Order: sequence, then C-alpha cells, then structure tokens
Amino acid sequence: MSEEKLLNEVTESEYKYGFTTDIESDKIPAGLSEDVIRMISAKKEEPQWLLDWRLDAYRVWETMTEPEWANVHYPKPDFQAISYYSAPKQKIELDSLDQVDPELLKTFEKLGISINEQKKLTGVAMDVVVDSVSVATTFKAKLGELGIIFMSMSEAIQEHPELVRKHMGTVVPKSDNFYAALNSAVFTDGSFCYIPKGVRCPVELSTYFRINESGTGQFERTLVVADKGSYCSYLEGCTAPQRDENQLHAAVVELIALEDAEIKYSTVQNWYPGDANGLGGVFNFVTKRGICEKNAKISWTQVETGSAVTWKYPSCILKGDNSVGEFYSVAVTNNYQQADTGTKMIHLGKNTKSTIISKGISAGFSDNSYRGLVKIGPRAINARNFSQCDSLLMSSTSGAHTFPYIETQNKTAKVEHEATTSKIGEDQIFYCNQRGIGTEEAIALIVNGFAKDVLNKLPMEFAVEAQKLLEISLEGSVG
Amino acid sequence: MKISNPKSQISNLRLKMLKVNNIHARIESNEILKGINLEVKPGEVHAIMGPNGAGKSTLSSVIAGRDEYEVTEGDITLNGESIMDMAPEERAHKGVFLSFQYPIEIPGVTVSNFLKTSINESRKAQGLDPMPASEMLKKMREKMSLLEMDKGFLSRSLNEGFSGGEKKRNEIFQMAMLEPTLAILDETDSGLDIDALRIVANGVNKLKSKDNAVVIITHYQRLLDHIVPDFVHVLFDGKIVKSGDKTLAHKLEEKGYDWIKNELAEAK
Repeated sequence: MSEEKLLNEVTESEYKYGFTTDIESDKIPAGLSEDVIRMISAKKEEPQWLLDWRLDAYRVWETMTEPEWANVHYPKPDFQAISYYSAPKQKIELDSLDQVDPELLKTFEKLGISINEQKKLTGVAMDVVVDSVSVATTFKAKLGELGIIFMSMSEAIQEHPELVRKHMGTVVPKSDNFYAALNSAVFTDGSFCYIPKGVRCPVELSTYFRINESGTGQFERTLVVADKGSYCSYLEGCTAPQRDENQLHAAVVELIALEDAEIKYSTVQNWYPGDANGLGGVFNFVTKRGICEKNAKISWTQVETGSAVTWKYPSCILKGDNSVGEFYSVAVTNNYQQADTGTKMIHLGKNTKSTIISKGISAGFSDNSYRGLVKIGPRAINARNFSQCDSLLMSSTSGAHTFPYIETQNKTAKVEHEATTSKIGEDQIFYCNQRGIGTEEAIALIVNGFAKDVLNKLPMEFAVEAQKLLEISLEGSVG
Repeated sequence: MKISNPKSQISNLRLKMLKVNNIHARIESNEILKGINLEVKPGEVHAIMGPNGAGKSTLSSVIAGRDEYEVTEGDITLNGESIMDMAPEERAHKGVFLSFQYPIEIPGVTVSNFLKTSINESRKAQGLDPMPASEMLKKMREKMSLLEMDKGFLSRSLNEGFSGGEKKRNEIFQMAMLEPTLAILDETDSGLDIDALRIVANGVNKLKSKDNAVVIITHYQRLLDHIVPDFVHVLFDGKIVKSGDKTLAHKLEEKGYDWIKNELAEAK
C-alpha cells in the first residue's frame, strides 16, 4: 500500500449527517447587543436575576479578546453576523411520539437515534435538543419518582430557579474566558440535572445536541449537580448538518460532585468537520469543568471526531480530600481539521488522584494537539497523577503535538507523564490484508485497538456508536 | 450456454495449485527475483532453502501480493487463475496464507477479535454469513489445544509483548483457524526452541491434507526433520538453482551453501 493510496483511503470520507431538516423556526435577526440579550431573556420569560446575570456576562465579554494561545488557526467569527436565538416554532408538551413533527422524527432517524429506538434501549432517558430549545423529554416521570431532576435548562429556570441560581456559574464563572462569557450572555438552552442525596441514577442520562438552523450559533449550557453520596452517568452526543459557512458552538458544562458523589460524563462529538478541502465546519469552543468535594469523583470521557476547529479542555478541580478526577479522550482529526484539546487537573485537597489518558489520531492534513495541565496546590499532600498521551499518525502530512504542563507546589506529589507517537504502518495493514482483511477494515481495526482504553470507558451502547463514528471519520466508504 | 466438464477441471486443479512462472521482481532498482519457476500440487510439501539475501522472503511476499515489490515479468496462478492483479486480501480469500517471519504487533486488538474479523471477512467474500460465536469459540479451543496454547492467549493484544516462540505459534494458530489451501511458512523455525519447534511442526503436520499444500521457507534443515518435504529447492541469487527430494536438504546442511556456490561457478 503506497503512502498516497493510504492517504486517499482515509481522507475520502464524507460527512454522514449532512442534511438539514425543514422545520419552521423562530429566529431573531443576526447581531449581538444588550437589546438582543433582553429579547432572548424575554422570549424565554426569564426572571430578572437571570437577565442581570446575562447582562453582566455580556459587559465582561465586551472587554475580553479571543484567546490565541491554542495551536489552531482560523478566521475569527464575526459575532455580529450570528443569530443568537432560533427555536422550532412548534412548542409542544409531548405525551407520545405521534405528536412530534414527522420532519423532526425523520431527522432523528437519519441520525440513527430515533426516539423509538432509544426508548427501546433499556435504561436510556433522552432529552433531545434541536437548535437551542428542548423539544422532547422521555423517562422524566420515572426519574421523578427518585427525586432526580432531568430537564432542559429553560424548564429548570422556571421550575427550580433556586437550584439553578445557587449553582450556575460556580464552576465556570461568567468571566472565566471569552467563550464562557459569551455563552453566559446568550445561552438559549441546555440540560439541567440534579441527583438527590444518596440516589444512584439507574439510567444513563443522555442528550443529543444538533445545530440545525443555518447561521445560528449554538450556545447551550449544561449543569449537573450530584448531591452527597449520589451517582449519575451522563452522555452527550452531537451531530450537525452539513453547512458551507462555519458555525460557532460555544457551550459551557458545569459538573458539581458533592461529598462522596460520582459523575461520569461521556461525550461523543461529531459536529460537521468541513469538507475534504477544509471548507465549512463547526468551530467548537467549549468550556467544561467539574468540581469535586471530599471523596467525590468526576470522570470525563470524550470521543471527538468532528468540528473544523476544536478548543476544549474538560477539567477537574479536586477540591475535597481524597477526590478523584479522570480524563479519557480520543480525538480524531482528518482533512483540514484542527483540534487543541486536553484537560486540567487541579489538585487542591489531600490524597487527590487524577488519571489522564489521551489518544490523538491525525489523518489527512490535520493538526491534533494535546494540551494538559496538572497542577498540585501547596496543601495537596500525597497528590497523584498519571498521564498518558499517545498519538497515531495516519499520514505524513498530518501533525501530532503534545503540550503537557506540570506545576507542583507540594513536594509529596507524584506526577507521571508518558507519551508515545506512532505512525500507522504499512506492515500492519499488509498483515491484516494477508489475513483477508481489506485496507479500510484494517484501519478501523488498528484505530479501534489504539483507542480501546478510552472506548472501554464509555457506556456499552455508546461504545458501539463511538466505534462506528471512528470508522466513519477515517474510512473512504460511508454507509 | 457454456458446458464445462467438471472432472477435467478438477484434475487440472489437482495438477497445479500454485504455478509461479518466470517471476522477476524488484524493489526500487534492485532486481531480487530473476526468473523463478515453481509448481506446487495439492497434498505436497515444498521446502525452499537458500542463504541470506537469496530472495526467499521476497518470493513469499510476491506470492502474497505485497506491493512494495514490483513484478516486472512473469505470472503466478492459483488453481489455474492468475492472481497477479488481485489485492492481498483477495488472494487470502482464495486460500493463500503467509506465516510471517516477523509477525506484526497490533496493540489493543485481541487475538480473538483479529481472528474473528479475519475469518468473517473471508466468509463475507465467499458470500457466507459470519461464523456463529459458539462455533468460532469451539474451533478456537480445538486448535489451541492442538498447538498446546494457553486459553489466556485469546484475550492478549495481537503479538504485543509476545515472545518469539509465541508469535510463531500464533501464526500457526491463525493458519489452523483459516484452513488455507496454500500455506507459506516464512522462517517459521527461527526464534523457536526445540519444544516449540516440535509443537509447531506437529500442528502443521496435523493440518496437512491431500487438498492443501505447504511451502516452507527456511535457512536451516532442522524444521524439515519434523515436517518432511516432498521437494526441496535451493534459491540462490534470485533463481532456483537446484531441486531435489528431502536428501538435498541434508546435503545442504552437511556441505553448506558454499557447495552450491562452487558448483555454480564450475558450471560457468
């Protein structure tokens, strides 16, 4: 197999989810100002405190500049050219699927996540977000019996304002960074989840996000609060239809794990990556962070195959003693995609532990960077970290970069970092070929093997989907 | 409608399973194979011996279809059909198996997963459904006991951290699972201790039948004490310079390759 042939094999994959749904939507004109924010807040019938919060964020954002330290290069978005609110017009309370717009159901089917199908998957509750407003929620009643709150952020603001107000912005302050501030000012929806004390959530909580309306940014906000001794596993999946212009996606996710609580947060991200020439695609600038109180644990797992540009560092603040943070990541870049992704593990409490496993796969002309910070504070006695960053190069025109930062202020800390870079070998492919396995199938096999440590951390049914996604993003044939 | 005579076809197949006809091959500008001729019939065991650099491994790679080598002349047929334009995986589907001299590591892919993919891809090419998991497992157990392998083997990463002997045994295990019609064993004896050599050879002997053929590529004669060849060929400087029965291997062991060298020089 010649280099060039292999290169073509892996770069000739087209985006599987390139279609738009013809749903009437309610969209405000492009542009950002205090008036626009007031309009969003009014449309959503929000309380005054939230409007004030948004306006504060907006004023901070105006004073900020876009970060430029990441290893990504792209034309800066024109924030006045974006429409900040788009909601499907039809807003209904869903009792059954019959009430859902058939066009919308078709969309779900194309995504391979029809609610019908999802309902059958045991133990999966879905909150589907299409363009900024949540239109379908299932299993809500069942969760309600356990006192679990799982609803769209808009609903939560109306129904549980005290909980939202207490926690929102405590992990990612509205002035945290440029994109977090923008999100705080203009977020339109997202998900909210609260697990009461001692409750173990029996199902995987799952949200699929999707950018649908042309030229709309998606600014969702997710807040998960696990009260003392509780547990939940949350999965977020994203797909965006094919668009020629770049679309901005700036989400904020905040996780709060109180004493003895555990949150497992998994992401499968396949926003539109642009075409083979690097045209179009989503800009994914996301701030994700969790905080652990005493004995708590937060585990981030991500499989990133999409977006033209990714800027994302799911992080853990290990505030409480004995708390644990984990980050497992597979990031695939192909064609002209760029990803700068990693994590921050901030050790503040005693005996805190963190694990980082990052697998980067670069193909085509893409650039894939791991950027991670392990910080051990002065009071973090006996803190431990283990980091492993592996890169797999699929072509000689792609790049793999590792930027590990380690800051320790405590002598008892033990920090380990391992890194490897390998190139997918013609030897490996020929070996598979000789055993009757075609080249595409061989690449899928090798890549899945490389990413196995991370894929194993995903809930079963999503691991299968993630595996498929890896294959789709790297293979020449699209099913 | 074309009427074929199945009997004559079968006898034709019996006659020559593999036919290598005047193969010339090079890598970059280096000609390595300079006109190889070889015929292998079902049920036969052939040994190809020769000094380092004679082109033994190149020959096996060319038969398996590795495109690193450019074939400039000649043809290879399998059961009467030319395989020169077939991709390596198509040749595998037709029953060609190569036991690698240096088996390749694929981290994170278990032996069982690799084999499952391999078997089912071949079945798919033949229009068959995937092998049911229970049948697959049963077959794996059976073949593993044949090769005196530990059960834990199946869940290990393919060739990763395997000893030289484990790698070779794993190659023969795959051969046993895939049941090829033509197996080429490239330096399978290298890296094997006496016990492993005996086990591997026993395995190969038990897999032999009147319908399949084995080509053993080796530097030394010791494997041929266990798997007795019907024919021995000496490959030297890209050509088969001498063929004979198993006594030729003994003679080579005794006199060394210099004997061939001198004989060739004299002939000139």
